[in-house]
Amino acid sequence: MDMQVAKKKLGLKERYAVMTRGLDWTPSYQKMEDIYPYMAYEGIKIHDWDKWEDPFRLTMDSYWKYQAEKERKLYAIIDAFAQNNGHLNVTDARYINTLKLFISGISPLEYVAHRGFAHAGRAFPGAGPRVACLMQSLDEIRHAQTQVHAISNYNKYYNGMHDFHHMHDRVWFLSVPKSFFDDAITAGPFEFMVSIGFSFEYVLTNLLFVPFVSGAAYNGDMGTMTFGFSAQSDEARHMTLGLEVIKFILEQDPANVPIVQRWIDKWTWRGYRVLTLVAMMMDYMLPKRTMSWKEAWEVYFEENGGALFKDLARYGITMPKCAEQIALEKDHLSHQAWSTFYNYAAAANFHTWMPDEDEMTWLSSKYPESFDKLYRPRYEFWREQAAKGNRFYSKTLPMLCQTCQIPMVFTEPGEPTKICYREVDYKGDKYHFCSDPCKQIFEHEPEKYIQAWLPVQQIYQGNCFPEGTDPTVEGFDALAAVLKYYNLENGRDNLDFDISEDKKNFAEWRGQATKNI
Amino acid sequence: MSTVFLALQTNEETRPIIEAILQDNPGAVCDEQPAMVKINADGRLVVRRETIEEIIGRAYDLQELQVNMITMSGNLDQTDDEITLFWKS
Repeated sequence: MDMQVAKKKLGLKERYAVMTRGLDWTPSYQKMEDIYPYMAYEGIKIHDWDKWEDPFRLTMDSYWKYQAEKERKLYAIIDAFAQNNGHLNVTDARYINTLKLFISGISPLEYVAHRGFAHAGRAFPGAGPRVACLMQSLDEIRHAQTQVHAISNYNKYYNGMHDFHHMHDRVWFLSVPKSFFDDAITAGPFEFMVSIGFSFEYVLTNLLFVPFVSGAAYNGDMGTMTFGFSAQSDEARHMTLGLEVIKFILEQDPANVPIVQRWIDKWTWRGYRVLTLVAMMMDYMLPKRTMSWKEAWEVYFEENGGALFKDLARYGITMPKCAEQIALEKDHLSHQAWSTFYNYAAAANFHTWMPDEDEMTWLSSKYPESFDKLYRPRYEFWREQAAKGNRFYSKTLPMLCQTCQIPMVFTEPGEPTKICYREVDYKGDKYHFCSDPCKQIFEHEPEKYIQAWLPVQQIYQGNCFPEGTDPTVEGFDALAAVLKYYNLENGRDNLDFDISEDKKNFAEWRGQATKNI
Repeated sequence: MSTVFLALQTNEETRPIIEAILQDNPGAVCDEQPAMVKINADGRLVVRRETIEEIIGRAYDLQELQVNMITMSGNLDQTDDEITLFWKS
């Protein structure tokens, strides 16, 4: 008689070995260096690719299973959100501006990350990192798609999100996140893994997603909260990949240590500069605040990153030097950024406003060293001016930093009333920088950064007007032409929140939702 | 020792898992935030399959945790029976 015996399943470790290295083979009629042409030029030495192992030991079959489950959960909620007019449940319409920033500034980066990890995965001869990069590449395109789907429910009702990808490639401040990722994907595969996999995903991603997602939760935005959490469940895996990659490279050869240290220094700073947008969102754009930028930096970088670099000390890796400067900037960053966007509200795809009295009190309590002394008086003056009908919109173009592409608005470390300027002469041209770290990054790779597409220079060169524009005609309005090129409607997508269609419509629709009329 | 942590979404699936983690890691501290729970521990945190199975009364695959994870800190090692987060120094 045949006995039914349950087939013994493979254990996790065996399954991982079979489904990664077990699927790999050694080429016989092509040379390894022809198949993997990018492995040598960055100077990183790898002796044994099999030493790399995904600590989650996730294989493609399980990956599909769990990702499918995440998608089912997410789309059930996105449907419920839309069916229930979820957009009217947010704290107030100012909140929606964080979504405009996200869809035009961050979601396109998810797509570039998808391409970056596909490319890096293809470049690595090791089966372990290749499979992990494949998963991350698929995650990133999922994030781009789910963000577009979730935020499209807001695009039906509110302004500024209608052509986010077109804007991402053109609008002046969006060149900050765009050039950050372009910098990473044009580096070699090892630098890409350190820049995005480690520095961005492991060291800095908590500062982007956790405040953004809990910000959505605090402000009644169920749709965004859900896609955020769904993406975040993948982030936990990305962080693990980032840390494993670093440890693997460092363990392979001591000659790798100084190269990796330089990349960590560079990319921690580059990532931090991009997070300026998040700092301002946390302190100014969420009607109901979660924590201040400064608090988030202290928890997620100083405390958590501190533990990480203590752990990496055994390889000879140290905390990036820029951390000292960042610590000096944490009392100022978000205020200087918001002041800039308040001034340039005529040229942005979202609205700005002055904080109300309660919000000023919150800012004073979170920034006792700086807010009342330096920033409150400025805001009170602007508020007075706006009340008198003199709301100011700057229409001149700011000087940009050649490396991070942010307008040169930051102050000297430790001297918050003096703007920081650095410059370098290179091959007969002068280049400007917002800080010492940005200047040092340029000096190490000048041939890369002189190619930067700087929005201000491009406007002056006449490259940011719709085709057929004649900027020499009398009374030419440069800003109007640039807005047209951005596909932004003047008076509708830009300017102060107080006079916006968004504010008016939200009040009206919410009224309809709660009363019988 | 530095702190390791694991953050999970707050929902019906994670409730017994959080209970199991707190049971297996006596020094762990549970920080409840809007829609998420962050469990902090000194240097080391273990998630054990058996404890979760005892609480939920069915077989549990630790990889199911992939669906509800938010973020974490520390080196990670996963086997059929345990997920461990740890710092070496």
